[in-house]
Amino acid sequence: MNRYTTLIQDGLWNNNVGLVQLLGLCPLLAVTGTLVNGLGLGIATCVTLVASNVTVSLTRHWILTEVRLPIFVLLIASIVTMIELMIKAFYYDLYLALGIFIPLIVTNCAVIGRAEAFAVKQPVDRAFLDGLMMGLGFTLVLVMLGGLRELLGRGTLFDQAELLFGEFGYGLKITLFENYRGFLLAILPPGAFFGLGLLIALKNAIDRRLARRATQPFSLAITQQQTS
Amino acid sequence: MYLDIESKTVLEVRIIRIATILTLFAILGSGLVTFTYQITAQHIAANERATLLRTLNALISQDQYDNDLFNDFIWVQNEELLGTEQPVILYRARKAEQPVAVLFIPVAPSGYSGAIRLLVGINYNGTLLGVRVISHQETPGLGDYIETRRSNWILDFKGRSLTNPNESGWKVKRDGGVFDQLTGATITPRAVVKAVHQALLFYQQQRPALFNKDNVAP
Ligand SMILES: Cc1cc2nc3c(=O)[nH]c(=O)nc-3n(C[C@H](O)[C@H](O)[C@H](O)COP(=O)(O)O)c2cc1C
Repeated sequence: MNRYTTLIQDGLWNNNVGLVQLLGLCPLLAVTGTLVNGLGLGIATCVTLVASNVTVSLTRHWILTEVRLPIFVLLIASIVTMIELMIKAFYYDLYLALGIFIPLIVTNCAVIGRAEAFAVKQPVDRAFLDGLMMGLGFTLVLVMLGGLRELLGRGTLFDQAELLFGEFGYGLKITLFENYRGFLLAILPPGAFFGLGLLIALKNAIDRRLARRATQPFSLAITQQQTS
Repeated sequence: MYLDIESKTVLEVRIIRIATILTLFAILGSGLVTFTYQITAQHIAANERATLLRTLNALISQDQYDNDLFNDFIWVQNEELLGTEQPVILYRARKAEQPVAVLFIPVAPSGYSGAIRLLVGINYNGTLLGVRVISHQETPGLGDYIETRRSNWILDFKGRSLTNPNESGWKVKRDGGVFDQLTGATITPRAVVKAVHQALLFYQQQRPALFNKDNVAP
Protein backbone atom coordinates (compact mmCIF):
# COMPACT_ATOMS: atom_id res chain seq x y z
CA MET A 1 0.00 0.00 0.00
CA ASN A 2 1.12 3.53 -0.76
CA ARG A 3 2.86 5.09 2.22
CA TYR A 4 0.35 7.93 2.23
CA THR A 5 -2.85 5.92 1.84
CA THR A 6 -2.92 4.63 5.41
CA LEU A 7 -2.48 8.17 6.72
CA ILE A 8 -5.51 9.30 4.72
CA GLN A 9 -7.65 6.33 5.80
CA ASP A 10 -6.62 6.71 9.44
CA GLY A 11 -7.37 10.40 9.62
CA LEU A 12 -10.69 10.32 7.83
CA TRP A 13 -12.04 7.03 9.08
CA ASN A 14 -10.16 4.31 10.97
CA ASN A 15 -8.68 6.57 13.62
CA ASN A 16 -11.01 9.58 13.30
CA VAL A 17 -10.40 12.16 16.03
CA GLY A 18 -14.07 12.78 16.75
CA LEU A 19 -15.52 9.30 16.31
CA VAL A 20 -12.75 6.91 17.33
CA GLN A 21 -10.15 8.74 19.40
CA LEU A 22 -12.93 10.83 20.98
CA LEU A 23 -10.55 13.72 21.53
CA GLY A 24 -11.53 17.38 21.55
CA LEU A 25 -15.01 16.64 22.80
CA CYS A 26 -15.44 20.00 24.50
CA PRO A 27 -15.44 22.08 21.30
CA LEU A 28 -17.07 19.23 19.40
CA LEU A 29 -20.10 19.29 21.66
CA ALA A 30 -20.17 22.98 22.42
CA VAL A 31 -20.05 24.71 19.04
CA THR A 32 -22.02 22.33 16.87
CA GLY A 33 -25.34 24.12 17.30
CA THR A 34 -25.23 25.02 13.62
CA LEU A 35 -23.48 23.64 10.57
CA VAL A 36 -21.59 26.88 9.90
CA ASN A 37 -20.23 27.11 13.45
CA GLY A 38 -19.04 23.52 13.17
CA LEU A 39 -17.39 24.19 9.83
CA GLY A 40 -15.68 27.35 11.12
CA LEU A 41 -14.23 25.66 14.17
CA GLY A 42 -13.33 22.61 12.08
CA ILE A 43 -11.28 24.67 9.64
CA ALA A 44 -9.55 26.50 12.48
CA THR A 45 -8.70 23.21 14.19
CA CYS A 46 -7.50 21.73 10.91
CA VAL A 47 -5.15 24.66 10.28
CA THR A 48 -3.88 24.34 13.85
CA LEU A 49 -3.22 20.61 13.43
CA VAL A 50 -1.32 21.10 10.17
CA ALA A 51 0.73 24.03 11.49
CA SER A 52 1.52 22.27 14.74
CA ASN A 53 2.43 18.96 13.08
CA VAL A 54 4.69 20.69 10.55
CA THR A 55 6.42 22.85 13.17
CA VAL A 56 6.96 19.91 15.51
CA SER A 57 8.27 17.75 12.67
CA LEU A 58 10.64 20.48 11.42
CA THR A 59 12.09 21.03 14.88
CA ARG A 60 11.95 17.38 16.01
CA HIS A 61 15.75 17.02 16.16
CA TRP A 62 15.96 19.80 18.73
CA ILE A 63 13.06 18.65 20.86
CA LEU A 64 14.55 16.88 23.88
CA THR A 65 12.43 14.09 25.24
CA GLU A 66 12.46 15.39 28.83
CA VAL A 67 10.87 18.68 27.89
CA ARG A 68 8.91 17.71 24.81
CA LEU A 69 5.52 18.36 26.42
CA PRO A 70 6.27 21.96 27.47
CA ILE A 71 7.65 22.55 23.98
CA PHE A 72 4.53 21.16 22.34
CA VAL A 73 2.30 23.28 24.56
CA LEU A 74 4.37 26.36 23.79
CA LEU A 75 4.24 25.80 20.04
CA ILE A 76 0.54 24.96 19.98
CA ALA A 77 -0.39 27.94 22.15
CA SER A 78 1.61 30.25 19.87
CA ILE A 79 0.00 28.83 16.74
CA VAL A 80 -3.52 29.10 18.13
CA THR A 81 -2.91 32.68 19.23
CA MET A 82 -1.70 33.51 15.73
CA ILE A 83 -4.79 31.93 14.19
CA GLU A 84 -7.04 33.77 16.61
CA LEU A 85 -5.44 37.09 15.71
CA MET A 86 -5.84 36.33 12.00
CA ILE A 87 -9.52 35.40 12.34
CA LYS A 88 -10.06 38.53 14.40
CA ALA A 89 -8.40 40.62 11.73
CA PHE A 90 -9.95 39.08 8.62
CA TYR A 91 -13.12 37.22 9.70
CA TYR A 92 -14.32 39.37 12.56
CA ASP A 93 -17.95 38.23 12.41
CA LEU A 94 -16.87 34.62 12.61
CA TYR A 95 -14.69 35.56 15.56
CA LEU A 96 -17.77 37.01 17.26
CA ALA A 97 -19.68 33.78 16.61
CA LEU A 98 -16.97 31.34 17.72
CA GLY A 99 -15.69 33.60 20.49
CA ILE A 100 -14.19 31.64 23.33
CA PHE A 101 -13.84 28.42 21.36
CA ILE A 102 -10.85 29.49 19.30
CA PRO A 103 -8.53 29.87 22.30
CA LEU A 104 -9.98 26.57 23.49
CA ILE A 105 -8.37 24.78 20.53
CA VAL A 106 -5.25 24.91 22.72
CA THR A 107 -6.96 22.46 25.03
CA ASN A 108 -7.98 20.13 22.21
CA CYS A 109 -5.91 17.11 23.13
CA ALA A 110 -6.04 15.90 19.54
CA VAL A 111 -3.46 18.54 18.63
CA ILE A 112 -0.90 17.63 21.28
CA GLY A 113 -1.83 13.98 20.75
CA ARG A 114 -0.75 14.08 17.09
CA ALA A 115 2.43 15.96 17.99
CA GLU A 116 3.38 13.37 20.56
CA ALA A 117 2.21 10.23 18.79
CA PHE A 118 3.17 11.12 15.24
CA ALA A 119 4.78 14.38 14.19
CA VAL A 120 7.75 14.24 16.54
CA LYS A 121 8.93 10.99 14.91
CA GLN A 122 8.04 11.64 11.27
CA PRO A 123 9.38 13.60 8.30
CA VAL A 124 7.60 16.79 7.34
CA ASP A 125 5.59 15.50 4.39
CA ARG A 126 3.99 12.72 6.42
CA ALA A 127 3.43 14.99 9.42
CA PHE A 128 1.72 17.50 7.14
CA LEU A 129 -0.57 14.90 5.61
CA ASP A 130 -1.38 13.42 8.99
CA GLY A 131 -2.35 16.83 10.37
CA LEU A 132 -4.44 17.60 7.33
CA MET A 133 -6.30 14.29 7.37
CA MET A 134 -6.88 14.26 11.13
CA GLY A 135 -8.12 17.84 10.82
CA LEU A 136 -10.41 17.03 7.90
CA GLY A 137 -11.77 13.99 9.70
CA PHE A 138 -12.55 16.15 12.73
CA THR A 139 -14.09 18.84 10.52
CA LEU A 140 -16.34 16.29 8.84
CA VAL A 141 -17.68 15.17 12.19
CA LEU A 142 -18.22 18.77 13.33
CA VAL A 143 -20.07 19.56 10.11
CA MET A 144 -22.26 16.47 10.25
CA LEU A 145 -23.11 16.96 13.90
CA GLY A 146 -23.74 20.69 13.37
CA GLY A 147 -25.89 19.97 10.32
CA LEU A 148 -27.88 17.31 12.13
CA ARG A 149 -28.54 19.52 15.14
CA GLU A 150 -29.39 22.56 13.04
CA LEU A 151 -31.75 20.56 10.86
CA LEU A 152 -33.59 18.95 13.75
CA GLY A 153 -33.41 21.96 16.04
CA ARG A 154 -34.28 24.78 13.67
CA GLY A 155 -35.24 23.22 10.36
CA THR A 156 -32.52 25.06 8.44
CA LEU A 157 -29.07 24.39 7.02
CA PHE A 158 -26.23 26.87 6.38
CA ASP A 159 -27.88 29.53 8.53
CA GLN A 160 -25.46 32.44 8.95
CA ALA A 161 -23.17 31.15 6.22
CA GLU A 162 -22.25 34.78 5.60
CA LEU A 163 -19.99 34.55 8.66
CA LEU A 164 -17.68 32.29 6.66
CA PHE A 165 -18.36 33.14 3.04
CA GLY A 166 -19.19 36.87 3.15
CA GLU A 167 -21.93 38.25 0.87
CA PHE A 168 -22.11 34.98 -1.04
CA GLY A 169 -23.17 33.18 2.13
CA TYR A 170 -26.55 34.93 2.38
CA GLY A 171 -27.78 32.86 -0.56
CA LEU A 172 -26.70 29.56 0.97
CA LYS A 173 -29.24 29.32 3.75
CA ILE A 174 -31.70 26.52 3.15
CA THR A 175 -34.97 26.42 5.07
CA LEU A 176 -36.17 22.85 4.88
CA PHE A 177 -39.30 23.13 6.91
CA GLU A 178 -41.26 26.38 6.71
CA ASN A 179 -42.77 27.50 10.01
CA TYR A 180 -40.87 24.78 11.84
CA ARG A 181 -41.48 25.18 15.55
CA GLY A 182 -38.04 23.94 16.51
CA PHE A 183 -36.87 20.97 18.53
CA LEU A 184 -35.11 22.44 21.52
CA LEU A 185 -33.39 19.26 22.65
CA ALA A 186 -31.30 19.12 19.50
CA ILE A 187 -29.87 22.59 20.12
CA LEU A 188 -29.22 22.20 23.83
CA PRO A 189 -26.04 20.43 25.03
CA PRO A 190 -27.73 17.03 25.54
CA GLY A 191 -28.57 17.09 21.83
CA ALA A 192 -24.87 17.18 21.07
CA PHE A 193 -24.29 14.01 23.09
CA PHE A 194 -27.19 12.21 21.43
CA GLY A 195 -26.04 13.35 17.99
CA LEU A 196 -22.46 12.24 18.57
CA GLY A 197 -23.68 8.91 19.91
CA LEU A 198 -25.75 8.37 16.77
CA LEU A 199 -22.79 9.22 14.52
CA ILE A 200 -20.51 6.81 16.37
CA ALA A 201 -23.14 4.08 16.17
CA LEU A 202 -23.52 4.74 12.44
CA LYS A 203 -19.78 4.46 11.88
CA ASN A 204 -19.58 1.21 13.84
CA ALA A 205 -22.51 -0.24 11.92
CA ILE A 206 -20.82 0.59 8.61
CA ASP A 207 -17.53 -0.88 9.83
CA ARG A 208 -19.25 -4.11 10.87
CA ARG A 209 -21.00 -4.45 7.53
CA LEU A 210 -17.73 -3.86 5.68
CA ALA A 211 -15.95 -6.40 7.85
CA ARG A 212 -18.64 -9.00 7.24
CA ARG A 213 -18.47 -8.44 3.51
CA ALA A 214 -14.69 -8.72 3.57
CA THR A 215 -14.68 -12.02 5.45
CA GLN A 216 -17.55 -13.61 3.60
CA PRO A 217 -15.75 -14.77 0.43
CA PHE A 218 -12.99 -16.07 2.66
CA SER A 219 -15.26 -18.16 4.88
CA LEU A 220 -17.10 -19.31 1.79
CA ALA A 221 -13.83 -20.59 0.40
CA ILE A 222 -13.16 -22.48 3.61
CA THR A 223 -16.54 -24.20 3.61
CA GLN A 224 -16.07 -25.12 -0.02
CA GLN A 225 -12.76 -26.68 0.80
CA GLN A 226 -14.31 -28.66 3.61
CA THR A 227 -17.08 -30.00 1.45
CA SER A 228 -14.87 -30.93 -1.43
CA MET B 1 22.31 7.49 45.84
CA TYR B 2 25.53 9.28 45.02
CA LEU B 3 26.87 10.99 41.98
CA ASP B 4 30.56 11.10 41.22
CA ILE B 5 32.09 14.28 39.89
CA GLU B 6 31.93 13.18 36.30
CA SER B 7 28.25 12.27 36.10
CA LYS B 8 27.42 15.43 38.03
CA THR B 9 28.94 17.55 35.29
CA VAL B 10 27.20 15.41 32.67
CA LEU B 11 23.93 16.13 34.43
CA GLU B 12 24.74 19.84 34.59
CA VAL B 13 25.53 19.94 30.91
CA ARG B 14 22.25 18.19 30.18
CA ILE B 15 20.28 20.64 32.30
CA ILE B 16 21.89 23.61 30.63
CA ARG B 17 21.12 22.14 27.24
CA ILE B 18 17.49 21.63 28.18
CA ALA B 19 17.21 25.16 29.49
CA THR B 20 18.75 26.56 26.32
CA ILE B 21 16.42 24.60 24.07
CA LEU B 22 13.36 25.63 26.08
CA THR B 23 14.47 29.26 25.91
CA LEU B 24 14.95 29.05 22.16
CA PHE B 25 11.48 27.59 21.66
CA ALA B 26 9.99 30.26 23.92
CA ILE B 27 11.68 32.92 21.79
CA LEU B 28 10.46 31.26 18.61
CA GLY B 29 6.89 31.07 19.92
CA SER B 30 6.66 34.60 21.23
CA GLY B 31 8.44 35.87 18.13
CA LEU B 32 5.81 34.36 15.88
CA VAL B 33 2.98 35.75 18.00
CA THR B 34 4.56 39.22 18.12
CA PHE B 35 4.99 39.23 14.37
CA THR B 36 1.35 38.23 13.78
CA TYR B 37 0.19 40.80 16.29
CA GLN B 38 2.08 43.52 14.47
CA ILE B 39 0.49 42.75 11.13
CA THR B 40 -3.06 42.26 12.48
CA ALA B 41 -3.35 44.92 15.19
CA GLN B 42 -4.60 47.65 12.88
CA HIS B 43 -7.17 45.43 11.19
CA ILE B 44 -8.48 44.25 14.55
CA ALA B 45 -8.82 47.76 15.92
CA ALA B 46 -10.62 48.82 12.74
CA ASN B 47 -12.99 45.82 12.96
CA GLU B 48 -13.86 46.51 16.58
CA ARG B 49 -14.51 50.14 15.82
CA ALA B 50 -16.63 49.35 12.78
CA THR B 51 -18.72 46.84 14.71
CA LEU B 52 -19.37 49.27 17.51
CA LEU B 53 -20.24 52.09 15.10
CA ARG B 54 -22.58 49.78 13.24
CA THR B 55 -24.33 48.95 16.52
CA LEU B 56 -24.52 52.59 17.59
CA ASN B 57 -25.84 53.58 14.18
CA ALA B 58 -28.60 51.00 14.48
CA LEU B 59 -30.09 53.30 17.11
CA ILE B 60 -29.06 56.75 15.94
CA SER B 61 -28.76 57.68 12.28
CA GLN B 62 -25.81 59.65 11.10
CA ASP B 63 -27.78 62.79 10.30
CA GLN B 64 -28.98 63.08 13.88
CA TYR B 65 -25.55 64.06 15.21
CA ASP B 66 -22.46 65.82 13.97
CA ASN B 67 -19.89 65.19 16.69
CA ASP B 68 -17.28 62.45 16.70
CA LEU B 69 -19.61 60.08 18.55
CA PHE B 70 -17.04 57.34 18.87
CA ASN B 71 -14.62 59.56 20.76
CA ASP B 72 -17.13 61.52 22.82
CA PHE B 73 -17.62 59.18 25.75
CA ILE B 74 -17.38 59.02 29.52
CA TRP B 75 -17.31 56.12 31.94
CA VAL B 76 -20.15 55.89 34.41
CA GLN B 77 -20.60 53.61 37.36
CA ASN B 78 -23.77 52.67 39.20
CA GLU B 79 -24.16 49.11 40.36
CA GLU B 80 -27.79 49.47 41.36
CA LEU B 81 -29.12 50.93 38.10
CA LEU B 82 -26.65 49.71 35.49
CA GLY B 83 -26.55 46.11 36.67
CA THR B 84 -22.80 45.80 37.03
CA GLU B 85 -20.14 47.05 39.40
CA GLN B 86 -17.87 47.67 36.40
CA PRO B 87 -17.68 51.11 34.81
CA VAL B 88 -19.96 51.37 31.77
CA ILE B 89 -19.04 53.35 28.66
CA LEU B 90 -21.49 56.09 27.68
CA TYR B 91 -21.38 57.81 24.27
CA ARG B 92 -22.80 61.28 23.77
CA ALA B 93 -24.37 62.45 20.53
CA ARG B 94 -24.49 66.20 19.91
CA LYS B 95 -25.56 68.40 17.05
CA ALA B 96 -24.26 71.95 16.75
CA GLU B 97 -22.89 71.61 20.29
CA GLN B 98 -26.38 70.86 21.64
CA PRO B 99 -26.91 67.52 23.44
CA VAL B 100 -28.96 65.07 21.36
CA ALA B 101 -28.78 61.66 22.99
CA VAL B 102 -26.73 59.23 25.04
CA LEU B 103 -25.96 55.63 24.16
CA PHE B 104 -24.63 53.26 26.78
CA ILE B 105 -24.26 49.60 27.59
CA PRO B 106 -25.99 48.58 30.82
CA VAL B 107 -26.33 44.97 31.92
CA ALA B 108 -29.45 42.96 32.67
CA PRO B 109 -27.93 40.71 35.34
CA SER B 110 -30.85 38.33 35.80
CA GLY B 111 -31.28 36.66 32.42
CA TYR B 112 -32.03 32.94 32.26
CA SER B 113 -28.33 32.15 31.74
CA GLY B 114 -26.53 35.07 33.28
CA ALA B 115 -25.95 38.62 32.21
CA ILE B 116 -27.44 40.16 29.07
CA ARG B 117 -25.56 43.20 27.78
CA LEU B 118 -27.80 45.81 26.20
CA LEU B 119 -27.20 48.91 24.15
CA VAL B 120 -29.65 51.57 25.27
CA GLY B 121 -30.08 54.89 23.46
CA ILE B 122 -31.94 57.71 25.17
CA ASN B 123 -32.89 61.03 23.57
CA TYR B 124 -32.06 64.19 25.49
CA ASN B 125 -35.73 64.54 26.42
CA GLY B 126 -35.78 61.09 28.01
CA THR B 127 -37.55 59.02 25.33
CA LEU B 128 -35.89 55.85 24.16
CA LEU B 129 -34.07 55.88 20.84
CA GLY B 130 -34.22 52.14 21.11
CA VAL B 131 -32.62 49.09 22.67
CA ARG B 132 -30.45 46.32 21.19
CA VAL B 133 -28.83 43.22 22.64
CA ILE B 134 -25.05 43.26 22.50
CA SER B 135 -24.43 39.82 23.97
CA HIS B 136 -26.37 37.16 25.82
CA GLN B 137 -26.36 33.42 26.55
CA GLU B 138 -30.10 32.82 26.58
CA THR B 139 -31.36 29.52 25.21
CA PRO B 140 -31.49 29.43 21.40
CA GLY B 141 -35.07 29.05 20.29
CA LEU B 142 -36.48 30.13 23.66
CA GLY B 143 -34.91 33.23 25.11
CA ASP B 144 -33.19 34.53 22.00
CA TYR B 145 -36.22 36.33 20.58
CA ILE B 146 -34.74 39.45 22.16
CA GLU B 147 -32.32 39.52 19.20
CA THR B 148 -33.48 41.53 16.21
CA ARG B 149 -32.61 38.71 13.86
CA ARG B 150 -35.08 36.42 15.61
CA SER B 151 -38.01 38.76 16.24
CA ASN B 152 -39.11 42.38 16.50
CA TRP B 153 -39.76 42.13 20.20
CA ILE B 154 -37.06 44.58 21.25
CA LEU B 155 -38.18 47.27 18.80
CA ASP B 156 -41.16 47.91 21.08
CA PHE B 157 -38.95 49.99 23.35
CA LYS B 158 -38.48 52.72 20.78
CA GLY B 159 -40.21 55.94 21.82
CA ARG B 160 -41.03 54.75 25.32
CA SER B 161 -40.06 56.71 28.42
CA LEU B 162 -40.60 56.81 32.18
CA THR B 163 -44.09 58.18 31.57
CA ASN B 164 -44.96 55.86 28.66
CA PRO B 165 -45.95 53.59 30.27
CA ASN B 166 -45.83 54.79 33.87
CA GLU B 167 -43.99 53.06 36.69
CA SER B 168 -46.42 50.16 37.10
CA GLY B 169 -46.48 49.41 33.37
CA TRP B 170 -42.74 48.72 33.11
CA LYS B 171 -43.24 44.98 33.38
CA VAL B 172 -44.04 42.09 31.09
CA LYS B 173 -47.75 41.42 30.53
CA ARG B 174 -47.73 38.36 32.75
CA ASP B 175 -46.67 40.58 35.68
CA GLY B 176 -49.33 43.17 34.85
CA GLY B 177 -47.23 45.43 32.63
CA VAL B 178 -47.43 46.40 28.98
CA PHE B 179 -44.55 44.45 27.43
CA ASP B 180 -45.18 41.27 25.48
CA GLN B 181 -43.53 38.01 26.36
CA LEU B 182 -43.47 34.59 24.79
CA THR B 183 -45.25 32.09 26.99
CA GLY B 184 -42.74 29.62 28.31
CA ALA B 185 -39.91 32.14 28.22
CA THR B 186 -40.73 34.98 30.54
CA ILE B 187 -37.49 35.17 32.48
CA THR B 188 -35.49 36.69 29.65
CA PRO B 189 -37.86 39.57 28.74
CA ARG B 190 -38.50 40.26 32.41
CA ALA B 191 -34.77 40.83 32.89
CA VAL B 192 -34.54 43.06 29.83
CA VAL B 193 -37.56 45.21 30.70
CA LYS B 194 -36.24 45.74 34.19
CA ALA B 195 -32.80 46.72 32.95
CA VAL B 196 -34.19 49.20 30.42
CA HIS B 197 -36.40 50.77 33.05
CA GLN B 198 -33.44 51.18 35.36
CA ALA B 199 -31.37 52.65 32.56
CA LEU B 200 -34.07 55.30 32.12
CA LEU B 201 -34.04 56.00 35.86
CA PHE B 202 -30.27 56.33 35.73
CA TYR B 203 -30.55 58.84 32.90
CA GLN B 204 -33.19 60.83 34.73
CA GLN B 205 -30.98 61.06 37.84
CA GLN B 206 -27.76 61.89 36.07
CA ARG B 207 -28.73 63.85 32.98
CA PRO B 208 -27.19 67.22 33.89
CA ALA B 209 -23.84 65.61 34.64
CA LEU B 210 -23.70 63.25 31.68
CA PHE B 211 -23.24 65.83 28.94
CA ASN B 212 -20.80 68.02 30.84
CA LYS B 213 -18.23 65.68 32.24
CA ASP B 214 -15.10 65.48 30.19
CA ASN B 215 -13.79 62.24 28.83
CA VAL B 216 -12.19 60.38 31.67
CA ALA B 217 -10.46 57.06 31.83
CA PRO B 218 -12.17 54.41 33.99
C1 LIG C 1 -33.49 23.96 29.15
C2 LIG C 1 -34.35 25.17 29.41
C3 LIG C 1 -33.94 26.40 28.91
C4 LIG C 1 -34.70 27.56 29.13
N1 LIG C 1 -34.26 28.75 28.65
C5 LIG C 1 -35.00 29.86 28.90
C6 LIG C 1 -34.54 31.13 28.42
O1 LIG C 1 -33.49 31.28 27.76
N2 LIG C 1 -35.30 32.21 28.68
C7 LIG C 1 -36.48 32.13 29.38
O2 LIG C 1 -37.11 33.16 29.60
N3 LIG C 1 -36.92 30.94 29.85
C8 LIG C 1 -36.22 29.81 29.62
N4 LIG C 1 -36.67 28.61 30.08
C9 LIG C 1 -37.99 28.53 30.74
C10 LIG C 1 -37.91 29.02 32.20
O3 LIG C 1 -37.39 28.01 33.00
C11 LIG C 1 -39.28 29.39 32.72
O4 LIG C 1 -40.04 28.23 32.77
C12 LIG C 1 -40.05 30.35 31.84
O5 LIG C 1 -39.27 31.46 31.54
C13 LIG C 1 -41.29 30.82 32.54
O6 LIG C 1 -42.14 31.41 31.57
P1 LIG C 1 -43.72 31.44 31.80
O7 LIG C 1 -43.87 32.21 33.08
O8 LIG C 1 -44.26 32.19 30.60
O9 LIG C 1 -44.17 30.03 31.87
C14 LIG C 1 -35.92 27.46 29.86
C15 LIG C 1 -36.33 26.22 30.36
C16 LIG C 1 -35.57 25.08 30.13
C17 LIG C 1 -36.04 23.76 30.68
